[in-house]
Amino acid sequence: MSDTKNLVEVRDLKMHFPVKTGWNKTIPLKAVDGVSFDIKPGETLGLVGESGCGKTTVGRTLLRLYTPTSGEFRYNGELVTEKNMPSLRKEMQMVFQDPYSSLNPRMTVEDIIGEPLDVHKLYSSRDERREKILKLMETVGLNAEHATRYAHEFSGGQRQRIGIARALAVDPKFIVCDEPVSALDVSIQAQVVNMFEELQEKLGVAYLFIAHDLLVVHHISDRIAVMYLGKIVEIADADELNENPIHPYTTSLLSAVPIPDPNIARSRKRITLEGEIPSPLHTPSGCAFRTRCPYATEKCAQECPTLQDRGNGHQVACFNR
Amino acid sequence: MSENNMPKKNPLSMQIDLAKFEKATEEEKRQQDVMSESSTFFKDSMKKLFKNPLAVFSIIVLVAIILVIIFAPMVVPYGYSEILKVNGMRDKTAMNLGPMQFSENELKYMEENNVKLFPHIFGTDELSRDYFIRVVYGTRVSLAVGFFASIIVLIIGVLYGSISGYAGGKVDLFMMRIVDVIYSLPDMLVIILLSVVLKEVMGESTGIFAKLGTNMISIFIVFGLLYWVGMARLVRGQILSVKENEYVLAAKSIGAKPGRIIWKHILPNCLSVIIITTALQIPSAIFTESFLSFIGLGVAAPMPSLGSLANTARQGIQSYPYKLLFPALMICLIVLALNLLGDGLRDALDPKLKK
Repeated sequence: MSDTKNLVEVRDLKMHFPVKTGWNKTIPLKAVDGVSFDIKPGETLGLVGESGCGKTTVGRTLLRLYTPTSGEFRYNGELVTEKNMPSLRKEMQMVFQDPYSSLNPRMTVEDIIGEPLDVHKLYSSRDERREKILKLMETVGLNAEHATRYAHEFSGGQRQRIGIARALAVDPKFIVCDEPVSALDVSIQAQVVNMFEELQEKLGVAYLFIAHDLLVVHHISDRIAVMYLGKIVEIADADELNENPIHPYTTSLLSAVPIPDPNIARSRKRITLEGEIPSPLHTPSGCAFRTRCPYATEKCAQECPTLQDRGNGHQVACFNR
Repeated sequence: MSENNMPKKNPLSMQIDLAKFEKATEEEKRQQDVMSESSTFFKDSMKKLFKNPLAVFSIIVLVAIILVIIFAPMVVPYGYSEILKVNGMRDKTAMNLGPMQFSENELKYMEENNVKLFPHIFGTDELSRDYFIRVVYGTRVSLAVGFFASIIVLIIGVLYGSISGYAGGKVDLFMMRIVDVIYSLPDMLVIILLSVVLKEVMGESTGIFAKLGTNMISIFIVFGLLYWVGMARLVRGQILSVKENEYVLAAKSIGAKPGRIIWKHILPNCLSVIIITTALQIPSAIFTESFLSFIGLGVAAPMPSLGSLANTARQGIQSYPYKLLFPALMICLIVLALNLLGDGLRDALDPKLKK
């Protein structure tokens, strides 16, 4: 691993949502419960986990769409607070999951992509604004003649390109991609993922790539973090995680990845997990995964395992593996 | 094996028969490349609106009424408060004429000087005033009241509702309780009380207020004070649902300020509801105004309104029933047309009804 400075440092990030359960009674919904990771400039960290494990919340909390309950987030070594966030919004952007609801149906493509430019006043004349927008559209592979059209006139893949162009408008160094391809069909997914890679090469942006499709994440990520119930259970280099998963949750996730060769697919052992994911309102004591873990012991119920380095930057939060 | 290198098709299988397919011609391929003509949501809705015969009918009626009330006073040589005169003398025979009738003095005058006087289209009233021009002015007043009252409601309601809906939480709770309190006030009582109080306060004021009368101003004030709550609730509800959309989050992540988010992202997407409610608010305001004028709380005396005309006509209904007919018909036409237009707008602007 190189020793370049981290672009993004997240330490013990917690995001608890208050949930009303009755008259004057609230209990916290622990969507994100102590997450730490680093991202270097130009690097991609994949974040995987099943639905409802808090992946999206991590991304949104980083961009202060939610105010975190506790935890630190340093961008370029600078602690991100409510105060300096407005200026940092130029550095961080987000690409959203649903290309249908993330674009305002009443705005033209030009206005959608131009909005960050308007908000941060990044142009001096209307011609300059238009020129910038057209350049962005070209970057993401849209025709200039699409500029005056409305979002509903485009296909899902094209809409996602518009969303990406909007994120790129302020020239960010860090983009949170919140399941940007899961709403697209497979052939379009490949195009969009490849575009993300090209953009990274060209512009040197760092991604936090949130997804639940392990194949896609493995393809694009340098490192992968696996989340379960608001906690990161394993974090490692993409290839290392794929070949040598340690945490029982990761192994079961990987065993569920479809393999295009039916012979291999038939011969491999599928690890199925028992039971349902527990409610984040009533998380189990100790290790959150113990209720479904085949290796769970007494210790797991009492103590919560922390991420331990198993060499080569491969960190796992498990006592028994 | 067939020429397509396809295995022979079993007659029962669902396998696609390639032989049945035709290659796309160059022209068809080109058609795929070109996107259909750009169409905005608004254009689409207007197209749909103009396909609705009832809505088109009501638009025609409304345009006709508006043209008449704008241009009739320029054409008709009588004033709304002017008592008819023949040759500079007050015409005592011109009371309570029927539609298109001339008085005896007028007939004599026309014969003597060999000129044609402008006909009294709706006849005259008991003070020898031309009834047509009075109905036209009454319609002017009623439409103006309906229009401005709706605008007041629109502005206050949208502002209040959007702030309450966007802020959410405790602010929303507090603002909505105020709305609930106002909702529970009896509006007629407040109008009557206000018109009494305003009469005392304003006294002998001059200018446009005096012409309209304190009652009219109290109607505006009451609309401003009371009727916006319905709009505010509606807008708040819309905003609560629209602000959950990801494009609002996207705007936030860009760093847009709340004002910009409400103005650029949320309100345009509530526009259909706002337009419909405003369109339906106009007839309800006209109705309220007519009702108040009918019970004698409307515009000040010489200025007619449809309600006060109907009230005056009521007294002579057995001798001159047509005098009630004209203002009543006008109210019906306006209210019906606006209601139908509102319904048409609702159908046209509702994206769920898209074919």
